[in-house]
Amino acid sequence: MNITTLLDMAAEAFGERTAVVCGDSALSYAELRERAQAGAQAALASGARHVGFLDVTGPAAPVALFAAAYAGLPYVPLNFRLTPAELNELAARIAPAYLVAGPEFLPLLTPRADIQTIPRADFLALPAAEALPEPAEDPRAIAVQLFTSGTTGKPKAAILRHENLMSYIVGTVEFASAEEDDAIVVTVPPYHIAGISSVLSSTYACRRMVQLDGFDAAAWLAACRQHGVSNAFLVPTMLQRIVEHLQTSGEAPALPALRAIAYGGGKMPLATIERAMVLFPQVDFTNAYGLTETSSTIAVLGPDDHRAAAASRDPAVQQRLASVGRATMAVELQIRDEDGRVLGPNQPGLVFVRGAQVSGEYLAQGSLLDADGWFPTRDRGWLDGEGFLFLDGRADDVIVRGGENISPGEIEAVLLDHAAVADAAVVAMPDAQWGEGVAAAIVLKPGAQATESELQTLVKQRLRSSRVPQRILFKSALPYNETGKLLRRVLRQDFV
Amino acid sequence: MASLKAGSKFRSAVCDAQVMVIKAPAGEHTLLCGGVAMLTGTETAAAGAAADPAQLGGTLIGKRYVNADESLELLCTKGGQGGMVFDGAALEIKQAKQLPSSD
Repeated sequence: MNITTLLDMAAEAFGERTAVVCGDSALSYAELRERAQAGAQAALASGARHVGFLDVTGPAAPVALFAAAYAGLPYVPLNFRLTPAELNELAARIAPAYLVAGPEFLPLLTPRADIQTIPRADFLALPAAEALPEPAEDPRAIAVQLFTSGTTGKPKAAILRHENLMSYIVGTVEFASAEEDDAIVVTVPPYHIAGISSVLSSTYACRRMVQLDGFDAAAWLAACRQHGVSNAFLVPTMLQRIVEHLQTSGEAPALPALRAIAYGGGKMPLATIERAMVLFPQVDFTNAYGLTETSSTIAVLGPDDHRAAAASRDPAVQQRLASVGRATMAVELQIRDEDGRVLGPNQPGLVFVRGAQVSGEYLAQGSLLDADGWFPTRDRGWLDGEGFLFLDGRADDVIVRGGENISPGEIEAVLLDHAAVADAAVVAMPDAQWGEGVAAAIVLKPGAQATESELQTLVKQRLRSSRVPQRILFKSALPYNETGKLLRRVLRQDFV
Repeated sequence: MASLKAGSKFRSAVCDAQVMVIKAPAGEHTLLCGGVAMLTGTETAAAGAAADPAQLGGTLIGKRYVNADESLELLCTKGGQGGMVFDGAALEIKQAKQLPSSD
């Protein structure tokens, strides 16, 4: 079992169809396979044990992903935003390696004998492979290794085996389901699980991938029009920027070919999705929830759920616009309390997931699955009576104040309700009396005013006194990573 | 008789069909396509192997084939004219799951 089967099938059935477009360059599915096999031959000849990738989104990313698979080696995309010291440390961990890099990133790597680097352009122009060995059929072979961002300590190497990824794709995507003219615009970075699952899903669907380097709302809209884009995946921040751009520029939201937008990778502000549904009434919106360790999507809030929530007067149904949907048919979900007891509907606890696509495994730490195959996501949440999953932050973000568990989410929601507040984040701060205390960082809307005591009073009135931030910092912006995830660990430093 | 392991590949002896095993019950089983045992690894078709005209229901690329209790699941990676039979029972296409595109 090997993910190369996905590309082999696409290349055999629709070899002439465009696989990937980026700027002026394009590859058909037959060419993508030919380039990937050429890359596999070069990687094997180098004696590498991993295929690394250090570049922005471009045709070299899907080529390198499949080249690694044809060579039977793990694919390890690296985050090009890391510092040279961090990058070289990760490179050392995958040596001996064959490492594809963009010209701007090559100088960041310290040369070493056991890492053969190849510039992106040379990698895409390798001589065609002569006779490649059949990749091993072992379903347990590692397909992808992703270094997690590492909230504490060294980055962990999450591993996804061929059986995890194949189970995910074959279980959730219909082969060749894309229409001839369909195209998906890809704006997630290549080292993100959504960037990898997007390549695999599109390949199996035989869908054209339109790649954009980085994200800019105006450029995204222009690319959608130019390429007749039918599908898009966005992180919430990107959708927010598109909505804001359309509002401020007055540009018409005319994207006649666009049929579907999937979003995930972080919490979607309710106002953003509501606004987007009005701006793009013809578009099917899907919220996809997943983790690196689960080979991407495990729960989906589909287009019908979105429309039902928007049209309903029943608060329980309306509220579902804020949920991440129901478990896909490929996995099961469970909510447990701190002691491992399974909880019933509407009882908040810790989210557990089980299914063949769930790897839940790290290279050094091993498998985190329990005896029955359940993986602790470390996300907090609850399931409603009909199985819709609501998330409430990470277990690690909970503030424990004098033995009481406080979720940052509910306090942030109150703060965001204040007319002057543009953005708010609540984190733990050290407290001599309570162990941990509640701290808040606030970004005010341009020209708006709010005092610390005013905001404290608001929280006290709506929640209770233990929830009141004992310290509030006013900032010009909150720290987010490139996929729109709030960097709470960075924020916590402000309150130490 | 053959043992079917997840990830292993089989091909028809009498048409173009190829499959990959997604899951299979343990032990030895018979897997036929077009009425003739499917081949794996370096096996080659017996001389004069011919399809049973009654077993040409076809196998479609991209479809998953299962037995009645779904203990066996095969992914067709290349289509062919033969239909598949596992331990004496014809395999059926697993119903496609309606899932909106999420990535």
